[in-house]
Amino acid sequence: MAQPRKTGTTRRSLLRGSGAAALMLSFNLPAGAARVAGSKAKPRPQATGFAPNSCLHIAPDNRITIVCASAEMGQGVHTSLSMLLAEELDADWNLVSVVQAPADPGDDHPMLGPQATGGSSSARGFWEPLRKAGAAAREMLVAAAAAQWQLSVETLRTERSQVIAPDGRKLSYGALAAAASRQPVPANPGLKESSQFRLLGKAIKRLDTAQKVNGEALYGIDAQLVGLWVAVMARAPLPGAKAKAFDEAAAKAVPGVHQVLSIPSGVAVLAEGYWAAQRGRDALAVDWDLGEAAGLSSAGISEQLHAAAATAEAPAREEGDVREAAAAGTTTIAATYEAPYLAHACMEPMNCTAQVRGDEVELWVGTQSQGPQQGNTLATNKLAPTRLKVNTMLLGGGFGRRFAPDFTRDATLLSRLSGRPVKLMYSREDDMAAGYYRPAAVARFEAALDAQGLPTMIKADVAAPSLMAASGFMKLPPSGVDAFAMEGIADHPYDIANQRIRYGRAEPGLQAWFWRSGGHSQNVFFLESFIDELAAAARQDPFEFRRVLLSRQPRCKAVLELAAERAHWGKPLPAGVARGIALAQCCGSHVAEVAEVSVAADGALKVHRIVAAVECGLAINPEIIRRQIEGGIAFGLSAALYGRITVADGLVQQRNFDDYPVLRMHQMPRVDVHILPHREAPGGVGGAGTAALAPAVANAIFAATGKRIRSLPIEPELIRAA
Amino acid sequence: MIKLVVNGKNHSVNADPSMPVLWALRENLQLTGTKFGCGKGLCGACTVHLEGQAVQACATPLAAAAGKPITTIEGIGASRIGKTVQNAWTLFDVPQCGYCQSGQIMSACALLASNKRPNDADIDAAMRGNLCRCGTYNQIRAAIKEAAANLHVRGV
Repeated sequence: MAQPRKTGTTRRSLLRGSGAAALMLSFNLPAGAARVAGSKAKPRPQATGFAPNSCLHIAPDNRITIVCASAEMGQGVHTSLSMLLAEELDADWNLVSVVQAPADPGDDHPMLGPQATGGSSSARGFWEPLRKAGAAAREMLVAAAAAQWQLSVETLRTERSQVIAPDGRKLSYGALAAAASRQPVPANPGLKESSQFRLLGKAIKRLDTAQKVNGEALYGIDAQLVGLWVAVMARAPLPGAKAKAFDEAAAKAVPGVHQVLSIPSGVAVLAEGYWAAQRGRDALAVDWDLGEAAGLSSAGISEQLHAAAATAEAPAREEGDVREAAAAGTTTIAATYEAPYLAHACMEPMNCTAQVRGDEVELWVGTQSQGPQQGNTLATNKLAPTRLKVNTMLLGGGFGRRFAPDFTRDATLLSRLSGRPVKLMYSREDDMAAGYYRPAAVARFEAALDAQGLPTMIKADVAAPSLMAASGFMKLPPSGVDAFAMEGIADHPYDIANQRIRYGRAEPGLQAWFWRSGGHSQNVFFLESFIDELAAAARQDPFEFRRVLLSRQPRCKAVLELAAERAHWGKPLPAGVARGIALAQCCGSHVAEVAEVSVAADGALKVHRIVAAVECGLAINPEIIRRQIEGGIAFGLSAALYGRITVADGLVQQRNFDDYPVLRMHQMPRVDVHILPHREAPGGVGGAGTAALAPAVANAIFAATGKRIRSLPIEPELIRAA
Repeated sequence: MIKLVVNGKNHSVNADPSMPVLWALRENLQLTGTKFGCGKGLCGACTVHLEGQAVQACATPLAAAAGKPITTIEGIGASRIGKTVQNAWTLFDVPQCGYCQSGQIMSACALLASNKRPNDADIDAAMRGNLCRCGTYNQIRAAIKEAAANLHVRGV
């Protein structure tokens, strides 16, 4: 999701109500400029047509509402982004609440382009614009107080939602809101030095916990409308597959079923509720024409990837002369790695509620791509932008899956065709077996070591589907190098003089999609395992081996050292327990992880502890960061131990959590996360914890058993064979 | 009509007796705090209490629940254990996406109702049916221990 952003433009009108009692500030985030509106109304007054996407509202009673453009999917973005604004506003945090902004075509993400939440980009993208918005509002409040007291603004200070005069007089932000709304918006407000921060850097409690422990939180699947029909689809199992025949009468015979509709992506059963719709869906007995995918199998996919790696030629990185270096090396090491397709398996299955009425569309959906979905919906339904409203609900997990267009597109189509409000719900089976997947990939490595055991050359040929091409909003560049297929390998941090890294595109046919940490999720496993192989070939300690090669990468080196120190690297462990280490740089953050594992005689693997060190620039909220790293580790461990989507006869074989297991409570290791303080602008932390996990565990298995894991998931039989 | 007793209130639901309790709660009674995750009793997102026992609402037919007391996440806070567990969840800011947490809390409450001092193995056994994709397991464990301690402090 590294699409270069376009220059932000705003279509928002300026509203200025006379005698307004509240300060409402909306801002064009990419440009950092703000508009002000006075209003007595609550935020987002629909009647006036004033619908700023990201905005701040200060009410006369001092309550502060921040309208957040990013979607909350567990990453804590509603809390951490609100902290950015509240910091510069000098807001009393106890008075701050946050609400989700609906999609607004006038609002762009500062990095991604259209309004979207993904690629661990929220903190990075909004770091400056949201602080400027808070600072602008603060200056307006100060100016209003200065006017009232007949003092200069320089003499006034702010603290906990109050402007304070030199003599100790105070005016609350609520009392100043009306006057502040008539102040000009400063074009370039001053920002604090990090030493002046009162909120940033503190483990502030999340704003969304209360509603998530009492059942009140509303996710997309909880949307309720009068007259709603629930749709469950038999989804086309692979792109290009078509329903040849299905038993419409059998589906309609199920009590509660109203309608059966065939649409390009499958056959939908619309019913009174989920139970009837799902039973109707099961009665369809669809006969699929799988088209080109008919004979596809996991073995065939693997063959295609190995062939594409063997013929990879799109140049991703070229330094020095690998042939000369290979000839000069005393030891040559070669290895081939492979990773499978993976499902996201969000706890909330995909869903969208749509209401199409004439030339109006309203959606209730947990989506990571508000902007692109809106654009797609406008285009496919030929709507005027003002006739579409997207209500972003809470997301029961995203991990990239909710960036995809399928559920929004199909719900809208089904509502249009049926003339009813429709809640399209995926069964777990359709979510799993007819979904979007983290691409399978293969990497072929070769390296040469000199007499001292230092690598003089590395070659990597990587084969994977192109996520840029799959995205629908990016294109492969003229070089032919897919950025996502290569991230984590082409940009590796190690100091090796001669390098040649190439991409070979393979498109076996499953719908490839973004997954937590993107290409890093497989590439960091490939690279960090191979680096470990080099250390072993050089008969060196894997931590020290990496350390030497990171002399020009202080941020990577620092987290590697911190993780090793906190894990007591080199110190004795209980009998049978061994350590492995791995490094990842992902989304502007640097993470090193040390895994402690033991392997039983029958091959049973136990992961006892993960020690993680993270440096993500300025740590906005250390507790949210720790949880994101720990959660990323759990996500990565599910994939490393069990994650595998397999294909036979053109069909994905996994259906539910029994054949696509994910980590359970008793398998969760202890996790210690250590944050290395830094003053740089923040990096993203959603993906970094995931990327380093698999190689840390695989390298620990090597340390324990001497068995090198070169494909995922980790097979107990392979370890037992050691 | 099937008689349901949910969070102490009587309801009559006109539905197929083989329909899982989950859909009656969510669609007929608008109690959406109980979540759909897998439909096969594999993930625990739909955990509720039936006569005080934790059950998967997606795999419990209405016929098996008719007339028996059902407690959901919307009602669990009325009990001392429920309130204490919710408070512990809040103290540790356990939820991330939060989607599985209704079920996690219901399983935790059922555990503490039968076992006042659960050890790690007890927690593993009671919670292994509840999946979390955000990786909050360690916080869930800490919150259960906190709740158990608080239930003791305030005496039984």
